[in-house]
Amino acid sequence: MSEKTYGILAEFDSPAAILRAAEKVRDAGYSRWDVFTPFPIHGMDKVMGLKNSLVGWVALFMGGGAFLSVVGLIWFSNAFDYPLIVGGKPMFSVPMTFVPSYIMMILGAAVGALIGMLAFNELPRFHHPLFTSERFALVSRDKFCLLVGSTDPKFSETETRKLLESIGGAHIEIIED
Amino acid sequence: MAESTVILEELNRLAPPAELRRAPVVENNRGLGALTDKLSEFAEGKIPRWWWILFIPSAFCAMVVLPMALIYQVSTGVGVWGNNQPVAWGLDIVSFIWWVGVAHAGTLISALLFLTRQHWRTTIGRAAEAMTVFSVMMAGLYPAIHVGRAWFDWFMFPIPNSNGLWPQFRSPLMWDVFAVNTYLMVSTLFWLMGMIPDFAVMRDRAVTRPRKFIFSLLAMGWTGSARQWHHYEKAYVVLCGLCTLLVFTVSSIVGLDFCTSMLAGWHATIFPLYFVIGAVFCGFGMMLVLLVPLRKWCGLENIITMSHMDKVAKLTLVSGLIIAYIYAIEFFIAWYSGDPYERWVFGHRLFGHTYWFLGWTLIAVNVCVTQLLWFKKIRANLTALFIIGVLINIGMWTERFVIVVGSLYQDFLPANWGKYIPTRWDVALYIGSLGAFFMMYLLFVKFLPLVAIAEVKGATPQGNPHHPLGGAKGKP
Repeated sequence: MSEKTYGILAEFDSPAAILRAAEKVRDAGYSRWDVFTPFPIHGMDKVMGLKNSLVGWVALFMGGGAFLSVVGLIWFSNAFDYPLIVGGKPMFSVPMTFVPSYIMMILGAAVGALIGMLAFNELPRFHHPLFTSERFALVSRDKFCLLVGSTDPKFSETETRKLLESIGGAHIEIIED
Repeated sequence: MAESTVILEELNRLAPPAELRRAPVVENNRGLGALTDKLSEFAEGKIPRWWWILFIPSAFCAMVVLPMALIYQVSTGVGVWGNNQPVAWGLDIVSFIWWVGVAHAGTLISALLFLTRQHWRTTIGRAAEAMTVFSVMMAGLYPAIHVGRAWFDWFMFPIPNSNGLWPQFRSPLMWDVFAVNTYLMVSTLFWLMGMIPDFAVMRDRAVTRPRKFIFSLLAMGWTGSARQWHHYEKAYVVLCGLCTLLVFTVSSIVGLDFCTSMLAGWHATIFPLYFVIGAVFCGFGMMLVLLVPLRKWCGLENIITMSHMDKVAKLTLVSGLIIAYIYAIEFFIAWYSGDPYERWVFGHRLFGHTYWFLGWTLIAVNVCVTQLLWFKKIRANLTALFIIGVLINIGMWTERFVIVVGSLYQDFLPANWGKYIPTRWDVALYIGSLGAFFMMYLLFVKFLPLVAIAEVKGATPQGNPHHPLGGAKGKP
């Protein structure tokens, strides 16, 4: 059985330590690496160079789509398919459509935010190579892990391990894919 | 160990004087690991006796009283209630508005306080969101059966059908259908998404296989990578913004149901605002009722601290003051309008017959009792807070009764006047919905993470990478 390496995992003790470690891994020229933390670390986005998440745009798109579809639905149902005369008002006018469309815009945007978040994070998934590591279960508790992926062009089992050791990583282990 | 003592001494030396110091989010904080143990302990431990004592009666109301009330009402007709002409909206609508109201404070605490970066919200946000989800469920039940023929409820949704019927989208009652359903769905999404990282915590701590399996499914493979948190935080802030919009929309629409009617006592432009603030006020009352016992019985005194209870009490006071102002404006406008019917209705709220004592009750509770929260001693007294919370809930329920029934029972023609006395089925339905709410809430408290574990950890000094306790070097 040929085992493929997923990456090398190192463990750190505090949010500041993981932030410093991330800076050093970045400065060493690695590009495919990630940190795993029990809560979002302030400043990590900047260190990792993450751009603004597109989740907001998904929400905007779905919300806007929902808004316009409900305006269309109201026109179709109350003015076109079965014209309803209510209080002698015009069959269709924009203000009358506002409230239901606005409400459905909120629903559409909320669903969009959730779906966007799950899609960008590639969730739900039932397995992840990291779940084989026993130390990794502590990440949801009080440990902070850094993983350098084997797909990184600079990745080398010995050199990367040395780097992680030198920046203070503990319990360094190789994760199999 | 010695190093951290030195850091703490240094911190104490540099800290501002006690009266200027900000209360810590978590008291007696022994680090991230101990905090995780503390926060997940209750959901993992044995079921305590108090839980059964509360759960069994709630489950009885939810599983026996509620189905009985529903089956009898749906199979017989709305006539089993006290509703009749002229009072066609009775306890069902009163309870509907009350439940929607209870929901609103949950969203406000969770979403609006997140947007304003109030760290203390992390400890009570989850409990508040759960309150929202379950009370919107209860609220949604009432209009669905109030229509009389519950099997025609699908008429309210724009579903193509062979009769060629469509809903009439100009009616605020129609908007209600959209608003309440959206509120239920969005608050559930918000609640569940907030729990994903905490489900991962429960998954990683699980010792039995079934537990591990269930929480693995719920956590959906969450690893807590920086990239995941990056998208997650964005989605969370978007959802918070949307939920805040809903706080102001849903009750406004319920208010519009009333103010578009040409009825003295209802036909007022202040109603949307009135209902939003009333809802929030009532919800804060419910929050006090839930938090006071929970923090004690679940051992969360160091998490849901007295400082947090103080803040909830202050928010209750603020919303109570706005409510008092709105009552005053309502009476003033009734007099100032010069409309004899309007004056009649408002005069009779306090000096009429049959329901006059309810008018005084709501003033006594919502306006007078709330003023006790000005005193720091009262805000620091949990028993007092609990009693005030219960009273506010009763007061706000009374307010809705006064608005709904008090305006309907004596309308324009004296020949039409009537009375409304709730029947036992009205009461059974209300008790059943209370039971269902508490049953679901107790299940949530026992089996799901009651406090947002990840969020609380992120709000402590140990979770701050720029704080000495979070490992930052140099002087604080």
